[in-house]
Amino acid sequence: MAMREAASILPLRVDGLTFEADGKRLLDGVGFMLPKGGITAIVGPNGAGKSLMLRLCHGLLEPTGGTVRWAQGQAAGQVTAQVAGPMAGNAKRHAMVLQKPVMLRRSVRANIAHTLAAVGAADAPARVEAALARFGLSLLAERPARLLSGGEQQRLAIARAWALSPEVLLLDEPSSQLDPGATRQIEQLIAGLADEGMTILMSTHDLGQARRLSQRILFLHQGRLVEDKSTEAFFAAPSSPEARRFIAGDLLW
Amino acid sequence: MDVSTAFAAAFGLIFGLDPQFLQIVGLSLRVTLTAVGLAALIGLPLGALLAISRFPGRSIVIVLVNGLMGLPPVVAGLMVFLLLSRSGPLGWLGWLFTPSAMVLAQTLLVLPIIIALTRGTVEELWSEYREHLTSLGLTGRRAIPTLLWDGRFALATGLLAGFGRASAEVGAVLIVGGNIAGYTRTMTTSIALETSKGDLPLALGLGLVLIVLTLAINAAAYGASRIGARFAG
Repeated sequence: MAMREAASILPLRVDGLTFEADGKRLLDGVGFMLPKGGITAIVGPNGAGKSLMLRLCHGLLEPTGGTVRWAQGQAAGQVTAQVAGPMAGNAKRHAMVLQKPVMLRRSVRANIAHTLAAVGAADAPARVEAALARFGLSLLAERPARLLSGGEQQRLAIARAWALSPEVLLLDEPSSQLDPGATRQIEQLIAGLADEGMTILMSTHDLGQARRLSQRILFLHQGRLVEDKSTEAFFAAPSSPEARRFIAGDLLW
Repeated sequence: MDVSTAFAAAFGLIFGLDPQFLQIVGLSLRVTLTAVGLAALIGLPLGALLAISRFPGRSIVIVLVNGLMGLPPVVAGLMVFLLLSRSGPLGWLGWLFTPSAMVLAQTLLVLPIIIALTRGTVEELWSEYREHLTSLGLTGRRAIPTLLWDGRFALATGLLAGFGRASAEVGAVLIVGGNIAGYTRTMTTSIALETSKGDLPLALGLGLVLIVLTLAINAAAYGASRIGARFAG
């Protein structure tokens, strides 16, 4: 893919990331670095700040403290458009799939076309077709997106993000709304994208999923990054009591 | 004249394609459709902008627009009359007692309906779409085309409501149009006039056309919401 030849936005450096709302500190001094490649899973109980962290990395929210820096000094909040070249109109190059993906009130094809039109992508029609084919949506192309099954909607959401040729894909709980069959399918898709060289940062509350997919775990608890290690090491030898209790299944909240 | 003869004569006017009758129906439709078109052109983007902007006094604007939905047509007519009368600020246009004046008055009547309904529809969509559109860099004004298109079925219902209000009103077109035969006489003003003169067939014929029109509008609105429901899941 020609897109990959543009300068990399990785590594992502997050420092002292803090977010407060209504006087509550929801994220507290989180710091980590995301290098190129692989799947990194953000795990932790509900309310740990997983979604929030992804939103901050993507620039949907402004941190109240600390920084999110993509390489080349591109702050997360600065969206789109000023860069020339193959990614003109998509300077961001990190795409996000929300936990509850928004399905536009249009056909499947029009949903993908809308995403490409929004960033002013070149050769949009060809990329729409490529995305439909890549994610097995060609036969559903003319269907209203909102009438798809949960699994199909999630596939469309990922296809839409993929069509942007992002270097990094942020996924917020990609299978929380899905049945086991659809979950397996989505996991295969995500693994496939990583194999193709896309860097993936995803949140999940499902430890099995984190174990199956990721090579690295960021364990959040009450807004703090408690552990940051390889998936193998995290499950084999968690160093914090919170992580041990979470893995044992007695830390749900 | 008894009512059954009046009905027979009314059907004669409708199906005989009486030229005077057709002229009245044609003018009514032309004025009302132009007014709704203009109001849509102004009201859809304004309503959407109002839906996604936050500024001091926004609630006052919303209350005002909602209130204006109930503006009595005669009052709208009076305002336009003052505006267009020879000594008024727009008197130089020479529009008073012309179809243009009627279009202006009806546009003012329909505009608040379209702005208010668009605001409501788009605000709801925006709260659902906000993060997705922000992720794509579609913030502020850049979000409006997406929101209007995705609200198209609900918005169509709003436009039809506006059309219904404009086609049914008498007061505004009577005051600013003057009910001049063959020039500014519409269905509603004719009905009022002919009934008071005792010429029931023309009044009844026009009344029937208005009823059919109203039914057609409602059928279209219902159809739009049904198609919308299919897309909305």
